[in-house]
Amino acid sequence: MDLVTPSIGLIFWQAVTFLIVLFLLAKFAWKPIMKALNDREASIENALSAAEKAKLEMQALKADNEKLLAEARLERDRILKEATEAGNNIVETARQKAEEEGSRMITNAREVIENEKRAAITEVKNMAAVLSLDIAERILKRELSDPKTQEALAQDYVREVTLS
Amino acid sequence: MLLAILLQAVAEGAGLGILGAGIGAGLVALGAGLGIGRIGGSAMESIARQPEAGGKIQTAMIIASALIEGVSLFGVVVCLLIAIA
Amino acid sequence: MKRLLVLLFSFLTLTSAFAEEAAEGGKFEPGPMILHHIADDYLWEFAHGVELYLPVILWDNGELVTFSSSNFYNEDHERVPYKGYAMLHGHIFKVGADGEVLEDYPGLYNLSITKNIASMFISVALLLVIFFVIAARYKKNPGKAPSGIQSFFEPIIIFIRDDIAKANIGPKYERYMPFLLTVFFFIWFNNLLGLMPGGANLTGNISVTAVLAVIVLVVTVFSGNKTYWGHIFATPGVPRWLAPIMIPVELLGIITKPFALMVRLFANITAGHIIILSLFSLIFIFESLAVAPLSVAFAIFMNFLELFVALLQAYIFTLLSAMYFGGAVEEHDHAEGHH
Repeated sequence: MDLVTPSIGLIFWQAVTFLIVLFLLAKFAWKPIMKALNDREASIENALSAAEKAKLEMQALKADNEKLLAEARLERDRILKEATEAGNNIVETARQKAEEEGSRMITNAREVIENEKRAAITEVKNMAAVLSLDIAERILKRELSDPKTQEALAQDYVREVTLS
Repeated sequence: MLLAILLQAVAEGAGLGILGAGIGAGLVALGAGLGIGRIGGSAMESIARQPEAGGKIQTAMIIASALIEGVSLFGVVVCLLIAIA
Repeated sequence: MKRLLVLLFSFLTLTSAFAEEAAEGGKFEPGPMILHHIADDYLWEFAHGVELYLPVILWDNGELVTFSSSNFYNEDHERVPYKGYAMLHGHIFKVGADGEVLEDYPGLYNLSITKNIASMFISVALLLVIFFVIAARYKKNPGKAPSGIQSFFEPIIIFIRDDIAKANIGPKYERYMPFLLTVFFFIWFNNLLGLMPGGANLTGNISVTAVLAVIVLVVTVFSGNKTYWGHIFATPGVPRWLAPIMIPVELLGIITKPFALMVRLFANITAGHIIILSLFSLIFIFESLAVAPLSVAFAIFMNFLELFVALLQAYIFTLLSAMYFGGAVEEHDHAEGHH
């Protein structure tokens, strides 16, 4: 029965030693060790989450950049388009204006030419009338100064009258 | 053969107590072996079925085996006490 | 490392074999030899002739008596009484005036530093040195990766914290960590020291395991919360008239759990020692060297098994303690699944 008979000395020393060891280890070993382990785990956790956060931020930044770039590109395209349009417009209006002006000028010129033409024709007509009158007068003057001619003329008239 | 040994043991005064202790130890080993074997077998099956739960099953298996072992060790201690005390 | 282990085991087998020879006086008796090896003693015999006499400390009715246990032996290594005390069957008794041993002399308490206690002091010194060194390293370089001995013990500490304490106790695990860690390493170190050649069988001693079990019992009872006591005094789902039966059964359950812890550790380690010693005894029982290789091979195998058992038993003791603590501090009630 010795095997299962507890001995008082062993129980005493075991209890005392174990409790002292428990106290010493708990205070001077387990506490710092557990604290260090927890701290390290926390720091690793923090580092990981910080890295994750940085990665996300980086991604967000990149996305932002891309967005900005795309916007800038759009803006540029828009401005370019607008500028082209404006240029085209200007050219178009200028062309139209020029055309208009040209046609107006042409019309004016035509009118002026027409007027001048008419004036010239009138003048020519007038001059022709004057000239013919003059000529007729001169002819008449010369013809009528000779009685024979007058006779002949009168003869002509008479012939004409008789004929008609 | 066995009977002869038995008779000789009794005749020599080795005592039936020791004989009982031996048989008892054998029975304890038998029982514990059966029990732990069943646990082990079931655990293997479950691990094969669900390998991802292997760690948990292993822990549970060890605990259950320890409980059976505890009971069988009670028996072993009793046999030991009979045999040597 | 491997070579070291081989060396260790060859040394172990050799010294054990020598110890065997030493016990062999006339007819070899394996039973008493084995019992002598697993029992406590007042001198520490490392090998035949190499022995250390340990101090005897007696508390005799308020009087402290101390002397070396070598006084119990004369020059011929025979037992003799000393100062009115005699050693008989591993116990120290008061000797009466007429030289007769008084078996039940009241008030005599034997607090001697026996082989087991000396071995325990060594293990405790080892524990303190190792873990103080580790703690110092943690303090010296906080947040750094572990190195050396630190990296050997850190996974074990983390395993105890995560897989034993956190898994079984729950959120209040921090309070129990010091005890669980101490008890684990105490049992493991002593198991391993017990496997050393000439080592004492400390964890295979019922007194030692009883003290550990009583500490577990006390901690469990004192950390029991309302749910825990509710389970014991009014087990949910059990009719009230059954209480006279249930309460004693449940109260008995409180005691039997640590009791099983005590017996499990004691019996496992003792059985391991007995098996190894029995295997060596086979050589002397058959009185033939031919058996030696087989017997030694088996013993080496058993030694490896015992190395595993040393760790396993420390683990089981810690795990079951954690489970009992967990049961005592468990918050949720019966309805939502209880184990």
